[in-house]
Amino acid sequence: MSGTLAHRLWTILFYLFVAVIVIFAVFPFYYAIVTSFSTGTALFEVHYWPVTFDTSNYETVLGGRQFPRSIVNSVFIAATTVIFALFLAVTASYALSRVRFRGRGLLLMAILAVSMFPQIAVLAGMIEMIKFLGLFNTPWAMIISYTVFTLPFTVWVLTTFMRDLPVEIEEAAIVDGATPWIIITKVFLPLLWPALVTTGLLAFIGAWNEFLFALTFTLSEDQRTTPVAIAMLSGASVQEIPWGPIMAASVIVTVPLVVLVMIFQRKIVAGLTAGGVKG
Amino acid sequence: MAKIELKNIRKSYGAFDVIKGIDLEINSGEFMVFVGPSGCGKSTLLRLISGLEDITSGDMLFDGERVNNVVPSKRGIAMVFQSYALYPHMKVYDNMAFGMKLAKAGEDEIRKRVMDAAKLLQIDHLLDRLPKQLSGGQRQRVAIGRAIVRDPRVFLFDEPLSNLDAALRVATRLEIAKLHHSMNNVTMIYVTHDQVEAMTLADRICVLRDGKVEQVGTPAELYEKPNSIFVAGFIGSPKMNFLTGSFAAAHGCHTLGIRSEHIDVSNEGALWTGTVVHAEDLGSDNYLFVDIGSDEPVIVRRPGKLTIPQGTRIGLVPAADKLHRFNEAGRPIEG
Repeated sequence: MSGTLAHRLWTILFYLFVAVIVIFAVFPFYYAIVTSFSTGTALFEVHYWPVTFDTSNYETVLGGRQFPRSIVNSVFIAATTVIFALFLAVTASYALSRVRFRGRGLLLMAILAVSMFPQIAVLAGMIEMIKFLGLFNTPWAMIISYTVFTLPFTVWVLTTFMRDLPVEIEEAAIVDGATPWIIITKVFLPLLWPALVTTGLLAFIGAWNEFLFALTFTLSEDQRTTPVAIAMLSGASVQEIPWGPIMAASVIVTVPLVVLVMIFQRKIVAGLTAGGVKG
Repeated sequence: MAKIELKNIRKSYGAFDVIKGIDLEINSGEFMVFVGPSGCGKSTLLRLISGLEDITSGDMLFDGERVNNVVPSKRGIAMVFQSYALYPHMKVYDNMAFGMKLAKAGEDEIRKRVMDAAKLLQIDHLLDRLPKQLSGGQRQRVAIGRAIVRDPRVFLFDEPLSNLDAALRVATRLEIAKLHHSMNNVTMIYVTHDQVEAMTLADRICVLRDGKVEQVGTPAELYEKPNSIFVAGFIGSPKMNFLTGSFAAAHGCHTLGIRSEHIDVSNEGALWTGTVVHAEDLGSDNYLFVDIGSDEPVIVRRPGKLTIPQGTRIGLVPAADKLHRFNEAGRPIEG
């Protein structure tokens, strides 16, 4: 009897612990949603349950000219970054995992080293380069810098993943007459795609959320990405912080990410389990 | 169908020599088996023939034409790998058709060839499946089918049976032998470390050791006239008995070899006597391990069920004409 009692106690404690973690992780976002549906003085009262359902904050944010524009900018920049990063990473990781050449280990380490620099340390150099290339205040400034920062991670993940693919499959393709390009696109890519989805998603999230470069490399309102646009939301006076619209905007930019993760999470799991089959 | 000639082929990785000068001719339509212990270079040699590895020095000729720098897909070879190496995301049909699609063959031609190969291997009902839905034996058939579709001059097999369980291995071995007969004598080169596979499949066997050819010959030649202790010990199961010291000296050699089935148990005219220290009953045969005072017990293979209990003292009569005498260098002494 005492055994089952202790067991039950542990189960209860376990779920309590899980509940605490979930609340800790989800509550800020939940509170943002609650706040985004409140207006006026209700904003400054503490409500744990939604008491009003007022969509005027959303109307304010989406009705303005700049915020919808910044969403378009963000989608374009994040999507292009993902495409660039995956293309470069797949071809690079094929070489790094499969082609024997002098200095391969050194090159891998150098790539990893790139990700060690804090953004702020390279900011001054980056802005000089962006200006030199004539990309200042264009989406390409962000696309290039995000690609540079996401590539080390993407290359490393894909290199380790590709290294684990059986060499014999590649050799069978060589005997079948496949060129390296055919091997990458027709043989490896379909096998790699769980890894591609994971790294692509993380690259997308990174690009979508980035603030410092986006703030530095843009000047005009119509070039801003959403994080910058949210930070720049201002009220009627300097003293007033428009919490309602800010929360509404935050919810709007978070939802696409949640949806993306939800869609791909299932595919990632399915892909990983299906991939565990011997050649 | 191609005659393959290897002329002083060498392969090194940096300072490490793997293949140390091999001269070999493989006749058109022949089933040649490379056999040897692990690390002897047999797989490397196969990969040199396939073109997956570059030759360091020497010449490789296919039908008299030098192919040293010809890429694998242009050599007219097909290869069956140990791990099958099927494309996991492609259906069986696409696996078999991939090479021909890359060669830009016509759709009808591809379909016909794939269907013919599938029927030959009895996998035509599996064409819509993915490799992961197949058993090990079926996967290996698909891998062989993929090789057949390419209609190669030379088939290369790299230990194709070592991932299969024992029963399936015997069945697939038979399939490969049948395939060789049915395919108008296509040249096949087969790598294995299993001397039973080598003995049962080969027209000729090439025993490799430490990057060099130890002996080339028909299975019977290798079994009856091994030209070194190494080959004598490697071919045949159970292993040939080797006696040294006074046992060998009595026959005027350094090492005396005798196969287990060439020894009779009899007290009359017994050359050696000893105690049975261990016995194995295989049903059709039984093996006696007899301690006659040599370094290792002598194994005697007798037909039928085990009749002599352990601990019995028995006399052994080796067949005089089946004795193998070797000198100090491990080479046979003639006469």
